[in-house]
Amino acid sequence: MRRMARAATTADVFNAVAEPRRRAIVDALAGGERPVTALAQELALAQPQVSKHLRVLREVGLVAVREAGRRRLYRLDARALKPIHDWVAGYERLWSERFEQLDAVLDELKTEGGDAR
Amino acid sequence: MTSTGTATVTLPTDEQIMVVREFDAPRELVFRAWTEPDLVRRWWHANRGEIRSIEIDLRVGGRWRYVMVTPDGQEVAFHGVYREVVPGERLVATEVYEGMPDAEAVTTVTFDEQDGRTTATLLVQHARKKHRDAHVASGMEDGLQDALDLLEQVAQSLER
Repeated sequence: MRRMARAATTADVFNAVAEPRRRAIVDALAGGERPVTALAQELALAQPQVSKHLRVLREVGLVAVREAGRRRLYRLDARALKPIHDWVAGYERLWSERFEQLDAVLDELKTEGGDAR
Repeated sequence: MTSTGTATVTLPTDEQIMVVREFDAPRELVFRAWTEPDLVRRWWHANRGEIRSIEIDLRVGGRWRYVMVTPDGQEVAFHGVYREVVPGERLVATEVYEGMPDAEAVTTVTFDEQDGRTTATLLVQHARKKHRDAHVASGMEDGLQDALDLLEQVAQSLER
């Protein structure tokens, strides 16, 4: 993934989850699908506000909706988080490689045993 | 080698990066490997270059500076000042990537031991989200040169 300059619109999962309340909605939906009323109650937010955030999350594919009788149920589609996962993964790789070397250093220090101060 | 697994990286807030890793060694040893120059020079390169120098003045107000040279000759340097030093337990230091000197971060490392194993938790606190983002992006590519190009681009985009 080579994403240098991210478009300054909400049509990008990075921007979509940069908003703390939207992250709270994502976290809540990770616990299962819910109607907007339940989300509003859970997060102590006004329902129109939650609807607005859900719209943004749907635009980037992070949230999907289905009709269940007269209710609309929202659910998380975590696959949309993959760009963020990939972005962090490289940093994780850097530190993992560093720490593999550190493991080798520690193994050696352990075998030094008593004379290591 | 008995440890390990990968380092876990999370972004607890918009300005933070957290790296957690468990080591199969008591914390005194992990702390030594983390703070003695001859030991640091053996792991900090992460196979991405050659260490040119590791300077560590391990006391409050003391400076540190790490310099690595990539295979194509590019110098990559970081430096900072120690703010807190609790041997075996905790280190707090400022950290500046010299290619992007305005983005100073504060890094806190804690070492927790349980049953002879040590969990190191590295928390990097940036002042701004864009600095944090540039920092994470710097580890994105396997080749450090790519990462540097990226950092440079990010830095340039910040200047606009």
